[in-house]
Amino acid sequence: MSVLVVAEHENGQLKAETAKVINAALKVAGGVDVLVAGYNVDDVVQSAANIAGVTKVCVVDNALFEYQLAENTADLIVEIAGGYTHILASASTTGKNTLPRVAALLDVSQISEIIDVIDSETFKRPIYAGNAIATVKSNEAKKVITVRASAFESQSEQSACEVEILSLALDNTLSNFVSVEQTESERPELNVAPVVISGGRGMQNGENFALLNGIADKLGAAIGASRAAVDAGFVPNDMQVGQTGKIVAPDLYIAVGISGAIQHLAGMKDSKVIVAINKDPDAPVFQVADYGLVADLFDVLPELESAL
Amino acid sequence: MKVLVPIKRVIDYNVKARVKPDNTDVDLTNVKMAMNPFCEIAVEEAIRLKEAGTATEIIAVSIGDKACQEQLRTALALGADKAIHIQTDAKLESLHVAKLLAKLVDEHQPELVILGKQSIDSDNNQTGQMLAALTRRSQGTFASKMVIDGDKALVTREVDGGLQTLSLLLPAVVTTDLRLNEPRYASLPNIMKAKRKPLEVIEADTLGVNLTPRIELLKVEEPSKRQAGVIVDSVEELVSKLRNEAKVIS
Repeated sequence: MSVLVVAEHENGQLKAETAKVINAALKVAGGVDVLVAGYNVDDVVQSAANIAGVTKVCVVDNALFEYQLAENTADLIVEIAGGYTHILASASTTGKNTLPRVAALLDVSQISEIIDVIDSETFKRPIYAGNAIATVKSNEAKKVITVRASAFESQSEQSACEVEILSLALDNTLSNFVSVEQTESERPELNVAPVVISGGRGMQNGENFALLNGIADKLGAAIGASRAAVDAGFVPNDMQVGQTGKIVAPDLYIAVGISGAIQHLAGMKDSKVIVAINKDPDAPVFQVADYGLVADLFDVLPELESAL
Repeated sequence: MKVLVPIKRVIDYNVKARVKPDNTDVDLTNVKMAMNPFCEIAVEEAIRLKEAGTATEIIAVSIGDKACQEQLRTALALGADKAIHIQTDAKLESLHVAKLLAKLVDEHQPELVILGKQSIDSDNNQTGQMLAALTRRSQGTFASKMVIDGDKALVTREVDGGLQTLSLLLPAVVTTDLRLNEPRYASLPNIMKAKRKPLEVIEADTLGVNLTPRIELLKVEEPSKRQAGVIVDSVEELVSKLRNEAKVIS
């Protein structure tokens, strides 16, 4: 068994999901190699080398990989895939973009968004918006897998392991990076935040989302949203929690003015404690909430902020 | 340009899937089925390209048993020019679907293939990327905006930190995110007209793709149920419970 984890990084920093994917990978084998493909990634390499269980970090530091476009990143992974039985990446937008391309180039079926490792061939994953959990066994010689990071613990640290610099001649004539529009935020990232407070259609407009700021500040929380709030233009789409947005499993999830549609629950129902604030006592969100408060959010939010 | 739009028949998104008592799969008998929501967005985008004079022909394709012709007729009623049904009763993995679609891409040479980013049943989010790989085309996944500019497609993608715009060399494969467009409804006259549009049926096993399963479905279970919660009467009570009972805030 030899496992390769593709590191997730952004703006020269390793993303917290990677330590969780490594935790999942260690349930398959005793040690894992990590691939860092990017540009100016010294800090990323160092962080990856310090994660417990990592045997070796393979590095490709080249301007070609600055934006980790699927076309060339997939070619790179295929190039080094020969030595590995398992290739894992986070089920983030980057992992989801690249790994199926890798799988097809290797002619193997991929397993998406695993939430548990039974053994080196058998995994659990949610289907139908999380309303069913499938146990699947891969008969492929090479297993290409994306990991739902929120379902695994983070790995602890170790003293740095071996680093191998790879130089590969690859090209990408198919696609070019044009621009990026990043959502600026001082808050913790949604998928790794210990507390998440989300607003839905009940927030009525984008300005009212400011009511969540004070509470989020006091709790060190990230702010999320339902699809209704995103579609209505209240907040940007990368704040969406749900089947088609981000999947979160914080210690505390506070749903404010969110009815609790199947698609939203798919993104948060594995949170440890769920609080729902909604004026409709029949809202489906109360069926998954540990603590429910039936009240007008405009009365409750200022009160909650001062009570914390 | 020619546009190929693969669509999938899935459980209606409002229906909560039920697991069969024998834990072999999800029970789809007598369940309302519909076109996958992301595929509807793909069809709509293709139609808009045609209305803008960019696309000349839209071919909708679906793979599955005979029932998926219903969704192909929907695509025709919405504005697709012709439909292809790849007939099979086999349970297919994304790789199989991508390989079957690659055969159609070889034959029809569409400049653009637009697919949904994921189907709401298997939640795989794989097929578009796999098709792009097999046909060695550029890929623009999770698209929320697409502009065709000569031999390039400018695709704005929904990524974790915000939005990213790429320039893709055509021919390309694009997968749709929810915010790409608002799909239209089919009008009754168009539904009637769609009945006369061409729908070609191809047997999957004539396409020379090995459809042997590579992943075994061992078991399908209900997710663990959450304990029933309590309704609190006030903010004070809520904060006190979170502090002292759940111990999730300090």
